[in-house]
Amino acid sequence: MTEQKNPCCTGSNPGYAELDTYIDALKIDPRDPERKEMLIMTLHKAQSIFGYLPSEVQKYVANKFSIPHADVSGVISFYNYFHTTPKGKTNISICMGTACYVNGSDKILQDFEKALGIKSGGVTEDGRFSIESLRCVGACGLAPVVLINDHVYGKVKQGQAEKIIEQYLIEFGEEVEVQ
Amino acid sequence: MTTRIQNPEELLKKYEEYKDLVEVRADLDYSGDQMFILVCGGTGCVSSKSLNIVENFNKLIKEHGMEGKVHASITGCFGFCEKGPIVKVFPENVFYVQVTPDDAKEIFEQHIIGGEVVDRLLYVEPITQKSMHDSLEMPFYKQQMRIALRHCGLIDPEIIEEYIGVGGYQSLAKVITQMTPEEAIDIMKQSGLGGRGGAGFSTGRKWEFGRMYKSDRKYVICNADEGDPGAFMDRSIMEGDAHTVIEGMAIAAYCIGADQGYVYIRAEYPLAVKRLQIAIDEARELGLLGKNILGTDFSFDVDVRLGAGAFVCGEETALIQSIQGNRGEPTTKPPFPAEKGLWQQPTIVNNVETLANVPVIFEKGAEWFAQIGTEKSKGTKVFALAGKVNNVGLVEVPMGTTLRELIFEIGGGVRGGGKFKAAQSGGPSGGCIPEQFLDTPIDYQSLGQIGSMMGSGGMIVMSDSDCMVNIARFYLEFIVEESCGRCVPCRVGTKRMFEILTDITKGKGTPEMLAELQSLAETIQDTALCGLGQTAPNPVLSTLKYFMDEYEEHVYNKRCPSGVCTDLLTYEIIPEKCIGCTACARACPVSCIAGAPKQVHVIDQEKCIKCGNCLAKCRFGAVIRK
Repeated sequence: MTEQKNPCCTGSNPGYAELDTYIDALKIDPRDPERKEMLIMTLHKAQSIFGYLPSEVQKYVANKFSIPHADVSGVISFYNYFHTTPKGKTNISICMGTACYVNGSDKILQDFEKALGIKSGGVTEDGRFSIESLRCVGACGLAPVVLINDHVYGKVKQGQAEKIIEQYLIEFGEEVEVQ
Repeated sequence: MTTRIQNPEELLKKYEEYKDLVEVRADLDYSGDQMFILVCGGTGCVSSKSLNIVENFNKLIKEHGMEGKVHASITGCFGFCEKGPIVKVFPENVFYVQVTPDDAKEIFEQHIIGGEVVDRLLYVEPITQKSMHDSLEMPFYKQQMRIALRHCGLIDPEIIEEYIGVGGYQSLAKVITQMTPEEAIDIMKQSGLGGRGGAGFSTGRKWEFGRMYKSDRKYVICNADEGDPGAFMDRSIMEGDAHTVIEGMAIAAYCIGADQGYVYIRAEYPLAVKRLQIAIDEARELGLLGKNILGTDFSFDVDVRLGAGAFVCGEETALIQSIQGNRGEPTTKPPFPAEKGLWQQPTIVNNVETLANVPVIFEKGAEWFAQIGTEKSKGTKVFALAGKVNNVGLVEVPMGTTLRELIFEIGGGVRGGGKFKAAQSGGPSGGCIPEQFLDTPIDYQSLGQIGSMMGSGGMIVMSDSDCMVNIARFYLEFIVEESCGRCVPCRVGTKRMFEILTDITKGKGTPEMLAELQSLAETIQDTALCGLGQTAPNPVLSTLKYFMDEYEEHVYNKRCPSGVCTDLLTYEIIPEKCIGCTACARACPVSCIAGAPKQVHVIDQEKCIKCGNCLAKCRFGAVIRK
């Protein structure tokens, strides 16, 4: 894993204080063989604070749990929900659940990829946008579904990508930080 | 300030006290002056701004000084997601569909104040064109039987008093004060309830195993890691009736002798997590969770554990690994979790829908439950009906209902007038069921016999515009991404199957590949470590069995009959029909259509990327897809 050099997570970031409060409340006993029980919950918390989980944060958590960094990194790499690089300020997720897929979500994904000039999983160079596909948000009645940050756009048709992005930016602007 | 409920008598008193809250909604002959406006608060409707609808209603109630007489709140999923957001007005029992926040004013002024139904927002039956205001008359609801979903669309899930008002926690009180664990397990066994997660194993017997192994620490886990794409049954139950799941868990805990429970839930379901946490906090506050519940010796508490986006964690041993803070890799069974589960202690893992059935069984009796369904599969099953079907939504039907009833009567048939091709049940672990089995009764056994499985309840309808080879490839792609990599058959085998399927959809398929697919599929079925791997080949095996002609078209004739696999398509312009309007040439993203205005246009097949824009743009039927 490459070292993340991002000002968000270095040194005196106030996020660490918030993370500390959370971890301290767990009262982790370094000798307790079951102490990893709250590891995944803690990583959720950390990701919600920092937006992603760079290796600095991973080491910090590992230290608090008295477990090797490799353990933490292994858990993070296993679960799709955790990511080690930041997403774009405006993250666009296209649902690839079966209901959306049979209603043409693959074509919708291509539309967005073309509109932003990046592939699924990528971030634009200026860090403003990222695209990813996700598995079923469960709003199958609205298939195909696109999520921009937390906002749901349902029954999306081919050729609407630019319009939806524009509409989102007009309505909500660029949100400061995305998880 | 709420105080703990000390004993069953106090709980009964609370029930009497809160009963009126919900009576308006359950009693059709209600004659009081209270009115309730219930708005669907499920994820689907919330995405369509249903929370703003409630907000607007509450503003209107205040403006008109009608607090205390008219009440507006959210409720669990009504199920008719296709027509969401849904608003229901009691006591008249009027069902409004596709309501927008702006419509609140009209409903309030015309209906609530004026007493006149807003016809414009009623459901219109597509065949008779008749508008209906009573949901029970709609074909979508007529054949349904809501047991697991009994409170969805009836109570506000964030208010425990409403759950108590419909008789909530009475079953728990009955079990822990009047029955021994053995007696309660017997009732579960008699009811015939099978695990709703997919396999259908007897819940009563599972609990019996959990009880049999002795230990001073035991666990009850609710598996809410609903990972099947296109399935949202469990999510809706947790969003709409989290207390029933908690009550079911507490009864299970009493039966096996556990004092701690966990709900392992997908992080992708923020609303369900929130409602579940609210319910747990409320139950603790009233002493329905915690130490000495209802003044008995029984203590039990529940905590939430979030998943992190790994499909395999729906498998019970992988789920347990995940709760322990590890990578969610499955372990070999035996030992089963009932013997050695979480932290090597006896643990039972039950699915959300299974647990939602438990309180009803103790309320109405095992005999009542056992008479619903078929000989071997008892009760009802919730399905998330989606895909190319008119009425997308959540439906609950008695076991034994046929697929035809489910898809054509409740579901309203195939969307857009297409022809039914297949129904896919059980998500990536299930199979594709062709037209000839539409009259098969849905239960664990018959779905297994035709090469699919009940699964957790996803039911995706596919039409003649869906390519079955591509669908098989789609599921395999999912499995390849989600395989945990622990055992070779799943890690390597599914990847190889995916590559073969990709080749076939790209026109590189050979006849040998079909045999290789079959043999790989069977090997993986026999040798994979866990349920995910063993069932992963099902989408391929079932499509090979029922849609071999489509595979053969791809392999021998390099054609995709459904027109889905782009590499196998060609677009051509029929010279006789082309008037040279240039619309296609202007729509072509790679400028591969040549021709001057008013001249016949020609597609350069070398450059064509088969996007289909020209076909969509041509108004003269001159562009054809082969």
